[in-house]
Amino acid sequence: MATYAAALTLSAWVLAPIALIGLAAVTSREQLYRWPRPFWPQPVTVETLAFFLRQEGVVRALGNSLAVAALTILLATALSAPAGYALARYRFRGRETVQLGLLTTKMFPATALAVPLAVAFLRWGLYDTLVGVALVHTALSVPFVVLIVASVFRGVSVELEEAAMSLGCSRLQAFWKVTLPMALPGLAAAAIFTFILSWNEVFAATLLTVNHRTLPAFLVHSVVAEGAPLHFRYAGGFFLVLPALVIIFLIRRYLLTLWGVTVR
Amino acid sequence: MSDGGHQQTKRSQPVTPYLLVLPSAAYLAVFVLYPMLHAVLLSITEPRTGTLTLEHLRRMVTDLHFWPALRYTVLITALAVPAQVALALAMALLVQTRFPGHPYFLYVCAIPLAVSDLAAGLIWLSLFTERGYLNAILLRVGLLSSPFNFLSYESPGWLVGAIVATEVWRATAIVMVVLVAGLQLIPRDYAETAAVFGASPWRVLWHVTLPLLRPSLQTALIIRTVLAFQLFATVVTLSGRLVPVLAGETYFWYSLYRNPHVASAYATLVLLLSAAVTWVYLHTLRTPEEAA
Repeated sequence: MATYAAALTLSAWVLAPIALIGLAAVTSREQLYRWPRPFWPQPVTVETLAFFLRQEGVVRALGNSLAVAALTILLATALSAPAGYALARYRFRGRETVQLGLLTTKMFPATALAVPLAVAFLRWGLYDTLVGVALVHTALSVPFVVLIVASVFRGVSVELEEAAMSLGCSRLQAFWKVTLPMALPGLAAAAIFTFILSWNEVFAATLLTVNHRTLPAFLVHSVVAEGAPLHFRYAGGFFLVLPALVIIFLIRRYLLTLWGVTVR
Repeated sequence: MSDGGHQQTKRSQPVTPYLLVLPSAAYLAVFVLYPMLHAVLLSITEPRTGTLTLEHLRRMVTDLHFWPALRYTVLITALAVPAQVALALAMALLVQTRFPGHPYFLYVCAIPLAVSDLAAGLIWLSLFTERGYLNAILLRVGLLSSPFNFLSYESPGWLVGAIVATEVWRATAIVMVVLVAGLQLIPRDYAETAAVFGASPWRVLWHVTLPLLRPSLQTALIIRTVLAFQLFATVVTLSGRLVPVLAGETYFWYSLYRNPHVASAYATLVLLLSAAVTWVYLHTLRTPEEAA
């Protein structure tokens, strides 16, 4: 009984703010500013959401965010998959060094990297480009994705790979025909993790872009530099949370494994 | 060992693992290691002549916002992290009881994992702002007649409280994940044995579970404290620059004042603080066996 009461209280603590931003997003602008402030929207309206989407640059920023995330997934997977496989399957000198290196790079993300990278990107012609942002997001995700991929490959039994080789497959063929198909769901989960990381990254994207902002960078700029109105901010928050909610619902069964691996 | 055979075959081609690791290692060297060193360099060199200078560090330290930024960053961390650990421990222990419906509970508690600091800031803004839900509710239950501004410079206590609440809401989830994983590693018989010998649930928790959970608590504390130094979007959305923080100052010095050198000085400071915290936790929270 006490267990249920505690569980319900804690669930309410997590869910209530999300429910409230959803409520704010379907409340009309006029009601959001009225005092006494009505709690329920009367009536429910898409006016606020439509206003947000019609603002100059919003749809483009949404597109930019998706493009950056897609490129990040591609780059991060291409770079991390081989390293993850090596950590899962080989014992080699320097293995501990690699793991320590991953742990260390995990510890020092965006805040320390964004400024020097912005300076370097100006020189390299990557400043204010979507590719530049994707390169940084890749750097932030690689340490995590390597760990996830390593645990995915550890989950695929070595015996099957060896059986394939004893039946005449080369190591590469065995990987391609046996290990990879079995690892695919795990790799897809790693890609989703990368998507969330890129979609949510605020600091580097904000510092590295001027005209090609991702949605978080666009929102920070609107709020800090332009003092965007409240209903704009609520709708922005709503659009940031929505895909995250959908995705995390889809992968709910892998949640703990996925994030559990990354914090080891 | 049954896998001795394939270990042999793998030792016969020792180049392969290095080739597999090389791309990601090279990438991280260019995009993480190099910028980290570059940040230090930027903060101590004169832009035109390239000579060493302490001018940028001096500008950072003498800036109006520097000490408040340092103070607020530490204060918010000191308030939020213990609350996150306590709340996460409650969630993890509840999950561990395996009550019917615990998978849903776990899922709900994990939702903020996918919510960014910016989104969390905007969500809680809808509660704390002058026309927000908190005021609407207080009005309805009759505790207020006119709206109270929680996010004003006149009420720094509320402002910090709002930021701490938002951070606790957002980042408890990652601590919970660490603790749930840690609890699963502890054999159940330990707690059961203690209970058989008459220990109350609280004593079992204090004398058996928590000591065994120590490595996980350590991991969680390191992760949370280091991430807390990067506190940015939550604070900016709720307070603008009323509550200055280190990462926020990095942003303002780069984007507003167009000074990458002072911004780098802030970035370097964040870097050093994170390294120091990691070191301290690793050395103070070591388990006795490791220390021996």
